[in-house]
Amino acid sequence: MLTIVCPYCGSRPEPEFAYAGQAHLARPADPGATGDDDWSAFLYLRTNTRGVHAERWRHLHGCARFFNALRDTTNDRFVATYRIGEAAPAALKEDRP
Amino acid sequence: MQTYSAWSLLRHAFGGRQGWTPQWRRAAPKPQYDAVIVGGGGHGLGAAYYLAAEHGLTRVAVLEQGWVGGGSTGRNTSIVRSNYLFDESVRLYDHALDIWQDLAQVLNYNVMYSPRGVMMLAHTVHDVQVLKRHVHSNRCNGVGNEWLTPEQAKAFCPPLSIARDIRYPVLGATLQRRGGTARHDAVAWGYARAADALGVDIVENCEVVGIRRDAAGAVEALETSRGLIRSRKIGVSTAGLSSVVIGLAGVRLPIESFPLQALVSEPVKPVIPCVVMSNGIHAYISQSDKGELVIGAGTDAYTSYTQRGALHVNSHTLAAICELFPALRRMRMLRNWAGTVDVTPDRSPIIGKTPVPGLYVNCGWGTGGFKATPGAAHLLAWTMAHDEPHALVAPFCLERFRDGRLINEAAAAAVAH
Repeated sequence: MLTIVCPYCGSRPEPEFAYAGQAHLARPADPGATGDDDWSAFLYLRTNTRGVHAERWRHLHGCARFFNALRDTTNDRFVATYRIGEAAPAALKEDRP
Repeated sequence: MQTYSAWSLLRHAFGGRQGWTPQWRRAAPKPQYDAVIVGGGGHGLGAAYYLAAEHGLTRVAVLEQGWVGGGSTGRNTSIVRSNYLFDESVRLYDHALDIWQDLAQVLNYNVMYSPRGVMMLAHTVHDVQVLKRHVHSNRCNGVGNEWLTPEQAKAFCPPLSIARDIRYPVLGATLQRRGGTARHDAVAWGYARAADALGVDIVENCEVVGIRRDAAGAVEALETSRGLIRSRKIGVSTAGLSSVVIGLAGVRLPIESFPLQALVSEPVKPVIPCVVMSNGIHAYISQSDKGELVIGAGTDAYTSYTQRGALHVNSHTLAAICELFPALRRMRMLRNWAGTVDVTPDRSPIIGKTPVPGLYVNCGWGTGGFKATPGAAHLLAWTMAHDEPHALVAPFCLERFRDGRLINEAAAAAVAH
């Protein structure tokens, strides 16, 4: 079981949280003008990063708020958690496919 | 290849068991092959076997970063069934089920396929409607599946509780009699041995670190931890690592990798005569021939490559098992483990060509790849040999996500495939 630091409530056990997928996905501004390839990429393509992955979590059984996290998917260790709207801590983010 | 039979067993017993030879060679990679399969699990080894056995390719290699059958092949709960909802899925999985029937004879290797029946439980009115729809859909496709009342379910599997006063009572069940279990390691080893006998090189401890493409964009070689290996046909069958390996060629896949856990109890005398699954309360159980109860459920919540999961997921599964089988409440669990599964948005696999000429993929089996092992292997080999998707896998192409032709088994059964 993971221990996750909610940026609003502090350190809590994993069952209080719901995972909500890759973070920082931007919905195309004009879906009608977006081609099939770009639209399906938005819907279905994820980085599935092996390494430090930016992802959303929701403190469902707590403050119920969404927040972002950087977690290393090779050892499940959280590098950082930060609030929605904030940029990912750049120095910590490592982009590996 | 040494043939296994009662006679050879007897002969070697009198010979002091000194005459047995290794089941396959420890091959070193050659600089060039007609076809290379990345991934030495059941799917990959099977594909290499069918390339050699049915399509006449003699220079074939299987590259495995670890050891044969050490990935998801060695970590699944070895359930075999084909009772999926959609026509395309039923045909695909039933193709595999057809091959399972005489696989042991074909490979001369006991894969311990045991059609003991797969029972899926319904706990709510919604479950009843969904599972009956599966029964009708399967029967329209000529696949045996039948509806059981709670009493019939209990007659088929006596330890099952059909008490009405539990949180999720059993309201009925489906039964696919041709479904059952097989021995996962034996499937990988059997294919490895048979492929090796046909000249396939099985190269272990060989990690692929790069995919080289020519000026036209087609694949020409693999960079590996054991040197450069040239080939114009490369099939990737690497389960949880599919997006990483295919990513080496610059192709992105609609796949996320999750941990999937399973656990076994101490071995006991035969108590569970079939496979019992409950998608509604996330648990399934069967009993191995050794006597262990083999238990599993859905994936952990988050993407991960650790091959580890959280204990609370197993606790949830065991709570469901204890409610369905009160007699098992004091069983002790022996060990648990996790594998990495490659999950697609519609929970159906991706098999076929990629945008890169000469690069083929067999992935996205998510939590249910074992049952499809012989079928997926057979169809990947066909697709690689003909450079066009076999009719059975054509609907499972990568383009379906762009074209909106999902085969949405996710909606049909979100967990416990």
